[in-house]
Amino acid sequence: MLDGRGLIRRRAGARLWLSGLWLALFVLAAVLAPLISPQDPLAQDLMLERLPPAWMAGSEPGYWLGTDSLGRDVLTRIIYGAQVALAVALVAGLATCLIGSALGLVAGFYRGWADRIISRIVDIWMAFPPVLFAILLIAVLGTGLSSVILAIVIIDWTRFCRVVRAETLNQSKMDYVHSAKVAGFTRLRTLLSEILPNVLPTIVALLTLEMGIAIIVEAILSFVNLSISTDQSTWGGMIAEGRTSIHQAWWVLVFPLIALFFTVLSFAQFGEGLRERFDPVLR
Amino acid sequence: MSGFLEIRGLSARLAGTGQRLLRSVDISLPAGSVRGLVGESGAGKSMIGKAVLGVLPKAVEIVEGEILLDEQDLLKVPPAERRRLIGAKAALIPQDPLTALNPSRRIGPQITDRLVDILGWEKARAASRALEVLVEVSIPEPERVMRLYPHELSGGMRQRILIASAFAAEPKLIVADEPTTALDVTVQKQILKLISQLQARHGTALLFVTHDLGVVSKVCDTLSVLYAGKVVEDTTVQRFFAAPQHPYSQALLAATPRHTDPAASLQPVPQAVIDAAMAEVAADDAAWRPQGGAHG
Ligand SMILES: Nc1ncnc2c1ncn2[C@@H]1O[C@H](COP(=O)(O)OP(=O)(O)OP(=O)(O)O)[C@@H](O)[C@H]1O
Ligand SMILES: [Mg+2]
Repeated sequence: MLDGRGLIRRRAGARLWLSGLWLALFVLAAVLAPLISPQDPLAQDLMLERLPPAWMAGSEPGYWLGTDSLGRDVLTRIIYGAQVALAVALVAGLATCLIGSALGLVAGFYRGWADRIISRIVDIWMAFPPVLFAILLIAVLGTGLSSVILAIVIIDWTRFCRVVRAETLNQSKMDYVHSAKVAGFTRLRTLLSEILPNVLPTIVALLTLEMGIAIIVEAILSFVNLSISTDQSTWGGMIAEGRTSIHQAWWVLVFPLIALFFTVLSFAQFGEGLRERFDPVLR
Repeated sequence: MSGFLEIRGLSARLAGTGQRLLRSVDISLPAGSVRGLVGESGAGKSMIGKAVLGVLPKAVEIVEGEILLDEQDLLKVPPAERRRLIGAKAALIPQDPLTALNPSRRIGPQITDRLVDILGWEKARAASRALEVLVEVSIPEPERVMRLYPHELSGGMRQRILIASAFAAEPKLIVADEPTTALDVTVQKQILKLISQLQARHGTALLFVTHDLGVVSKVCDTLSVLYAGKVVEDTTVQRFFAAPQHPYSQALLAATPRHTDPAASLQPVPQAVIDAAMAEVAADDAAWRPQGGAHG
């Protein structure tokens, strides 16, 4: 039977599979970069500069998406750029998630002074414009991948904290929490095994979203040359370079942009899909 | 005679404002008997149940009195010991089956967790006990139901599961706070009958919070009529329905539809009766001195 709910479930399934497929490709590309890249990511060859993609006139075999103004293979650099993106997504995403969620759970469940302190800090944090905050932090921490990751964590934990706190607060009012108290379970046990499972779908959705955001932030910082050294391939760095030669070689800009776009989109969609699939209340 | 649950001179107030919520409440509940707590909304019925189960809201403080559960004063033992005592001897049948089960956990562990983690039962014993009580509340295919999530079950089924869960550890006392108000009228009757049956079979003392005198007449042995946190009448069900003593009780009874004569016109509680009850409570307040825990 094809009722409304079935339709929604099928759409949710497609969303999950398509985004999952892209993310799987992304992870494989990052992990297997040295094996699958057609060229050396750093090899410059001025004879091969600004070659167009394979389907256009004047292309060279082996350079599927063309080359940049230094003659480096665009596809290879996108594949190596996935390494940086994946590292940032995983490390920054997970660290942000852990810190923000833990503080949100504590604030929402225990209330009292812990909540007052945490909520006040979050309010102050949110008053800073995030991109400016990031650039300021990098100026203090110095450039480099670990500084970028640290900056993302320092800035974005509030995103988790606020949402998780609100959700925990909601759940704490439910009768099942009351029943757990009557039964004699400790507060910590109630938080971890009664409330956390109900907040987890939200945390997972936020986590995947955050992974996408981390990739964008890294790209922005690369774009303004505040991330890692320029000879390492990053999508943001490629976009910055591509921008200068957009009229002669649009592919240098467009292909890393497409990779960035689909990856960030897939993270968000994957999280939403997971939530729809695994949240027993929505299901 | 001394009951399994003895509440003596229990007074509670709203912290900060000093507004009294319970006024020297005395309630005695012998083992295996059922007492109804009736009264209008806000009278303090739920508050008494929460005090007994040790889950009063933070804003409410107990000023004086005793709550003796199996001869131990819950207000005199340290909190951890109190939690253990209540967890071992008492249980709750909650009002709203929709939120009283954890939506993201399967039914089985929600029944057995307490047996295993709090009461220290073997896992296998807890599981077989859960099956047993689910059968007792007429849940079809209990093995399958244990693996389901709450949202896969109807409201009536969920309330049966909550009842099963309350009886699982053979508590000596169960507090039921309006256990049927959230349900369909047709389901209400079945659930009431079920609670009655299980209570009688297990010899559990039952504190039954309700605002429905019809329910009281079916389920309870004795009842306490509450008005503004004060017990205005403490009597048996027979005596109450034959001849209520307090004017407020009389008015409450007159305001209740009778199953024998549903067409009889209902009298709302007259203003004069409310005024008199208010005056009584005010006089009571004027005479009351908090006595710092003890009572005399
Ligand atoms: N969390 C709370 N904080 C402060 N006051 C409360 C709180 N909960 C209840 N009260 C007050 O305590 C009084 C008794 O409330 P209680 O819930 O016991 O009423 P009740 O008799 O159960 O009513 P109902 O039939 O509506 O459930 C009410 O005046 C109510 O406003
Ligand atoms: Mg109530």
